[in-house]
Amino acid sequence: MSAADTQSATAGAAIAGTPLIEARNVTRILSGVVPTTLVHNIDLAIRENEFVAITGPSGSGKSSLLYLLGLLDLPTAGEVLVRGLETTHMAEEDRAHARLTMLGFVFQFHFLLPEFTVLENVMLPMRALGQLSASGMRTRGGELLGSLGLGDHMNKRPDQLSGGQRQRVAVARALANEPPVILADEPTGSLDSKASEQVFEVLRDLVRRHGKTVVAVTHDLGMAARMDRQIELIDGAIVADKTINARG
Amino acid sequence: MNLILDIAWTHVRARVRQTGFAVAGVATGVGFSIMMAALMQGSQDDFTSRLVNTLPNITVSDERRTPPPQPADTHYAAAEIHGLTPEVRRRGIKNPLASMAALEAWVPGAVGPSVKVQAIIRYANHDIATNVIGIDPRRESRVSDLPKQMRGATLNALFRATNAIVIGDRLSEKIGARIGANITLQTSEGAHLNAQVVGFFHSGVRQIDESTAYVLIKTGQILSKQTGLINELRVRLRDPMSSREIAIRVETDTGYKSVSWQEANEDLISTFIIRNIIMYTVVGAILLVASFGTYNIISTITHEKARDIAIMKSLGLSEYTVRSIFVIEAMIIGLAGAALGFLLGYLLCVALGSVEIKNPFLDSDHLPLAYTYTHYLMAGLVALVSSVIAGYQPARKAARMHPVEIIRGAT
Ligand SMILES: Nc1ncnc2c1ncn2[C@@H]1O[C@H](COP(=O)(O)OP(=O)(O)O)[C@@H](O)[C@H]1O
Ligand SMILES: [Mg+2]
Repeated sequence: MSAADTQSATAGAAIAGTPLIEARNVTRILSGVVPTTLVHNIDLAIRENEFVAITGPSGSGKSSLLYLLGLLDLPTAGEVLVRGLETTHMAEEDRAHARLTMLGFVFQFHFLLPEFTVLENVMLPMRALGQLSASGMRTRGGELLGSLGLGDHMNKRPDQLSGGQRQRVAVARALANEPPVILADEPTGSLDSKASEQVFEVLRDLVRRHGKTVVAVTHDLGMAARMDRQIELIDGAIVADKTINARG
Repeated sequence: MNLILDIAWTHVRARVRQTGFAVAGVATGVGFSIMMAALMQGSQDDFTSRLVNTLPNITVSDERRTPPPQPADTHYAAAEIHGLTPEVRRRGIKNPLASMAALEAWVPGAVGPSVKVQAIIRYANHDIATNVIGIDPRRESRVSDLPKQMRGATLNALFRATNAIVIGDRLSEKIGARIGANITLQTSEGAHLNAQVVGFFHSGVRQIDESTAYVLIKTGQILSKQTGLINELRVRLRDPMSSREIAIRVETDTGYKSVSWQEANEDLISTFIIRNIIMYTVVGAILLVASFGTYNIISTITHEKARDIAIMKSLGLSEYTVRSIFVIEAMIIGLAGAALGFLLGYLLCVALGSVEIKNPFLDSDHLPLAYTYTHYLMAGLVALVSSVIAGYQPARKAARMHPVEIIRGAT
């Protein structure tokens, strides 16, 4: 794991100054009888190894922004670049591949495939990518789950786990193909405070120890305060973007 | 296991009952298609083989398709002349032995001489119009299955009495004649002959069994009042299916009208074509209905699994991968349906084959069924292809779904 991380870190350093994800004047309007503006005129750059919180009231467009940054949704205007690469006009096939290799998602609800075991769920993105051997995938999946304290639950089904455990499985799955970025939409929103704290620590460790970048939407201002940077949205626009180095 | 297969199998396995219905639909379609094909093909083959074995594959008669040109035509080329009566020609094939030798030199099969006479058979108040055919019993086995179709006596019995005759079993039933009966033959030319029934034959073709009789060539010639007459050459080919083509060549070669068994039974063969059209229509309809079931279940699964599809797409699985999952599911249903349908089809055939029936048109008291792997292959292939087509549309729709819409809805 660390070898690959060093490699990706050097790759990032080689194009130093290029943001990991960049939104340029991004607007997303939902067409309909009454068109809804989800976000508008967003300019934003997420850099390597940042720990970013997106905050704001309910309905302010936090999720919408995250989907746009994660290439799950397409802007109506403007563009999103990943590692300097324009993605908005890519073929859908290529965006899918970018998600598979560069972006890991964690949603508020765990979103695991119910018929598969925890380990199989974590292996899913690896199998879709098809770079490791079957045993290599197993080993990596086992290591990831072990590092997140789920070593004893690998062969259970998602519905046999607690909410916090499932959310950590989702994190493990997001990390499966070693993406540089994890995007999390209220990852602790449905958890009690103890489980929330565990999931938060997992995300923090990804940034602090493994050089990842984490962008997390959260309601919890206390939690946001413990992150490096807070972006506040109101009515689909960024109203504040504060970087306070909260390391420690 | 391959990821696509793995997920597809998981979806199908978790819905044994629902997919079971779809599989049963396909299996029913395949099973009944196989049964129908076996029945159709069986009766057709049965009938064809009777025709091929009973009648000569090609009959060369002393008629001509176009009347011979009038001498006047050849003399006055520019003028068209109407209303002339054709010259009366001497009946029979000219120089039959030489003609036969010429044909046997190139025709892939055997040629036999015969005399065909229309006669009325008289016996105990019955008058029945009959085709009386003069043959050579020693050569007959080379041109037809008549020797094998004899009942009660061999064909050589024709040598046993003067003016011996062998008649079809249905004809004998009609007139009530037994072996040894003395019947009278009468022709329109005024010939009159007493003959002794020495045996029966049974070809299985009703028309022949009730209106044909065989005598020696010599007897036939007496009946036709023309010594040395040979008015039909009977040809049997090694490959009866090539009769049509060879008949055409024989006709150009000899100038005599040569009729293949297919031509002689043209109306019957077109009946078979109609039957086949009906069969394929019904089979197509059954399989179409079966594919509705497949369409239905695949649509249902894609709806039930909308969230999972959104997850897979958000993880970065391609549209192709997601689509393949559901197409594979349709294929699993098609394959399972085909396999089960093979079993059902076979069992239906066995069951149908064991039913005893009394059918005046058939010889055996069982239905003739053709067991051939091509029916299975065809039905299976059609089932598989139609399942995939039925599954493709919902699969494509599912694969194009935007994950965000579903994720938003679920959050
Ligand atoms: N499918 C939709 N149709 C109509 N309005 C929508 C849809 N999805 C989101 N919205 C609206 O867009 C705005 C932003 O939503 P969202 O990004 O989910 O906000 P947040 O995550 O900050 O709560 C909200 O006002 C929401 O009601
Ligand atoms: Mg939200």
